[in-house]
Amino acid sequence: MAVDISQFHEMFFEESFEGLETMENGLLNLQPGSSDIELINDIFRAAHSIKGGAGTFGFNGVSEFTHDLETLLDLMREGKFAVTTEAVEVMLQSVDCLVNMLTDLKEKRDVDYSASQAVSEQFKVLLNEPGEAVADTSPSSQSPDQEEDSASSSPSTAGDSNWHIEFKPYPEVLKTGHEPYRLIRELHELGHVEISVILDELQAYDEMDLAECHLGWTIHLSGKDIGRDNIEEVFEWIEDEAGLVIEQMNTTEVIAEQPSTSVDTVVPSPDSEVTVVVPEDLKASNDESEKPDLASVQKNDAKNQESKSIRVNIEKVDSLINMVGEMVITQSMLCQLSKEYSSDRHEDLVAGLAELESNTRELQETVMALRMMPISFAFNRFPRLVRDINRQLGKNVELVLDGEQTELDKTVMEKLGDPLTHLVRNAMDHGMELPHERVAKGKPETGRLFLKAFYEGGAVVIQVGDDGGGLNTKKIRAKAIESGLITEDDELSKEDIQDLILRPGFSTADAVSDLSGRGVGLDVVRSNIRALNGTLEVQSKENEGTTFSIRLPLTLAIVDGQLVQVDDNVYIIPLTAISESLQVETKNISTIAGSVDLYRLRDENIPVVQLNKIFGHGAYAEREIPKMMVVVESNDRKMGIVVDELLDQQQVVIKSLEANYRGVEGISGATILGDGTVALICDIHDIFGMSAGQYKQDFEKILTQNTNHAA
Amino acid sequence: MNPETESLHASEAGLSTIAEMSPEMTKQYLTFFLDGEEYGVDILGVQEIRGWEKPTVLPNSPSHVKGVINLRGTIVPITDLRERFCLDKKEYGPLTVVIVLHIHTDDKSQKVVGIVVDAVSDVYDILSGKIKSSPEVDHQASSEFIEGLYNVDEKMLILLDIDRLLAEEAEYSETA
Repeated sequence: MAVDISQFHEMFFEESFEGLETMENGLLNLQPGSSDIELINDIFRAAHSIKGGAGTFGFNGVSEFTHDLETLLDLMREGKFAVTTEAVEVMLQSVDCLVNMLTDLKEKRDVDYSASQAVSEQFKVLLNEPGEAVADTSPSSQSPDQEEDSASSSPSTAGDSNWHIEFKPYPEVLKTGHEPYRLIRELHELGHVEISVILDELQAYDEMDLAECHLGWTIHLSGKDIGRDNIEEVFEWIEDEAGLVIEQMNTTEVIAEQPSTSVDTVVPSPDSEVTVVVPEDLKASNDESEKPDLASVQKNDAKNQESKSIRVNIEKVDSLINMVGEMVITQSMLCQLSKEYSSDRHEDLVAGLAELESNTRELQETVMALRMMPISFAFNRFPRLVRDINRQLGKNVELVLDGEQTELDKTVMEKLGDPLTHLVRNAMDHGMELPHERVAKGKPETGRLFLKAFYEGGAVVIQVGDDGGGLNTKKIRAKAIESGLITEDDELSKEDIQDLILRPGFSTADAVSDLSGRGVGLDVVRSNIRALNGTLEVQSKENEGTTFSIRLPLTLAIVDGQLVQVDDNVYIIPLTAISESLQVETKNISTIAGSVDLYRLRDENIPVVQLNKIFGHGAYAEREIPKMMVVVESNDRKMGIVVDELLDQQQVVIKSLEANYRGVEGISGATILGDGTVALICDIHDIFGMSAGQYKQDFEKILTQNTNHAA
Repeated sequence: MNPETESLHASEAGLSTIAEMSPEMTKQYLTFFLDGEEYGVDILGVQEIRGWEKPTVLPNSPSHVKGVINLRGTIVPITDLRERFCLDKKEYGPLTVVIVLHIHTDDKSQKVVGIVVDAVSDVYDILSGKIKSSPEVDHQASSEFIEGLYNVDEKMLILLDIDRLLAEEAEYSETA
């Protein structure tokens, strides 16, 4: 019966995207000219798993494309291809291509291969220049390594190649159905093969597990036109399960390295000499004292893979288990008590319940903490972005990350990506000056862009700052006058400027680029942040830089709320939105045109909102407005919500209405009160919009009535 | 979900289930009364049957959505089927029944909703081959979520497609 392979697709995509992230980060850290083998290996492994996975699932476009990338990386990790800026650039592009291709595949769309073909061409160009030097010994001067290589192999006639292969399968290899003999036999088809056996791993006869492979082979392969590809193809299926070293060498070396102690023929083969090297200390080498290098390499692999899949800090899980344990104890204690309950044990019962309560609260807090993730998940994408924009705009900006370990609710984090990207682009495009401008201003040539996250009170603050030109007040002023937002005579305070740049359609960039400047920016950022119950502030000093500060609540899952009674319903107003609560003085209410109520609050006139009216549950009759008012603030606007009664203040857990119903305007969620009933949580921002709509309707009604009269 | 195609599959494949022995697939339906008529829903979609409790009203919701209740920590919307079908309202009393149903939405997720009905009636084994398609009812758009009609003795059962009933709801919400 055929296995439905598509069920594993999801897993493949998930792993691949993770792998691509690793590759991207690795590539960004890869300095030109460096030879950080660990790093290159990391990138290579990621590319390799994607290739393997794609091949398995029949995404041939992806696997073929990745193959080129892999080839290049492979040359790099052997030091046969210098790490150059161009190469890294092409590889980064290929990562982008892969992301696009995999996204298309995931969404079951047709894959657009045009971009990947272009990148493939670039790979071919790269590989053909110095790459061929490695494989075909044509002279090249790309890097010292290669020079050496080509110099050493040039004496031998063109097309002749000698390879030294060290092949050490891991013990389990036979269990997975691989047969080393077949692979060696396959090598024979490539050319002349000389083999010697490595017996280092061989155990004493009585300790030997016959189902394991303890042999290794050193193979000298010589023949015409043998490329690394040909050899790798032979070992393709086994490379994850064997230590494999493939080196090219010149002819003289082959002879010199040939083992002198050939004793016995083990694998009979028609066209090759097979020799076995019997080490004198066969038994001694079994000891754990001599761990072969290959084993340690394998261990490294395993470690790297482990850390990827664990997302929740194990400490959090442990403390969770502890707490559940305590809770079970308390519960059984209470259970016991209920069986032999008498009135004189009342105190025990109260104590037990108090304990249960504290257990529950701790448990709740810990479970909430599980949702917290370090903000580095959101910061990760920026090194790449900054690098790309640097290239694109000819700027020289260094990104400084700070406080990456600051934890933030996962949901908040997911919604934070776009606003942050926008701010970073903005800072790069508008904020930062070009290098020569900076020098002219007496600043260091390299600009600094910092991303910072830290806790402040019950909130997380994320700052995106630059040491660029700062907000150009003159320009903003001119632009504002030009677009008719202010008049020539208006003075601009700091707050005004802040307000202006956050307005829709406002941009000071001289030219619209594909980065920013269309003016559809900061207002969107602000509304996104506001949707998360956060605020956005700007600080700027001319020639010293601009800093945007985002302030967000720690979690979206819990809110501190004020419970209020309106008619028969209990609503929850988030405490963060409330500026004050007061008793209504009837004389302070004035009604415009008989429909819009305003309340005189000290020097301000704030609109009065009746929740039941805008929620469509029927309004209070005129002059019957209740006696309590909660003044709420959102985005510097105030309004008064009249309520019948102020109830408790408490922390409530937000439950979504969308889960079983749908989103409702004016309501951000629901919660369950102590008595088991459901109470709705007000979305103050929405309610501002709704009340504005209500006024508009009311006024329009008056207007249409008037026109009707006129007609 | 369509019983006709299901029975077809069963007979074609010759599965060794009850279906093999009877020529038709049987499905169980829970029936309930609404304004004197008996309606049925696939019993596999029924989670539980509860008494009426006053839900928390939602802002600006259609009149047939009575609000949301707390069902062991889950927020569940309650729809009055009488009002959904534009029938006369009836006072809620201790005998009013809420049937809690699982509904599959288009995006393959599951939702839990409650419907208010007059009273629960019975559970019937229904031969899917004998379900009659409902005639074109022109005065009620509601016929869209009627799966079919079924005659038991003297009575006629109206079988509801509960998934469609919610699909209607979703459409409604877009315009709302």
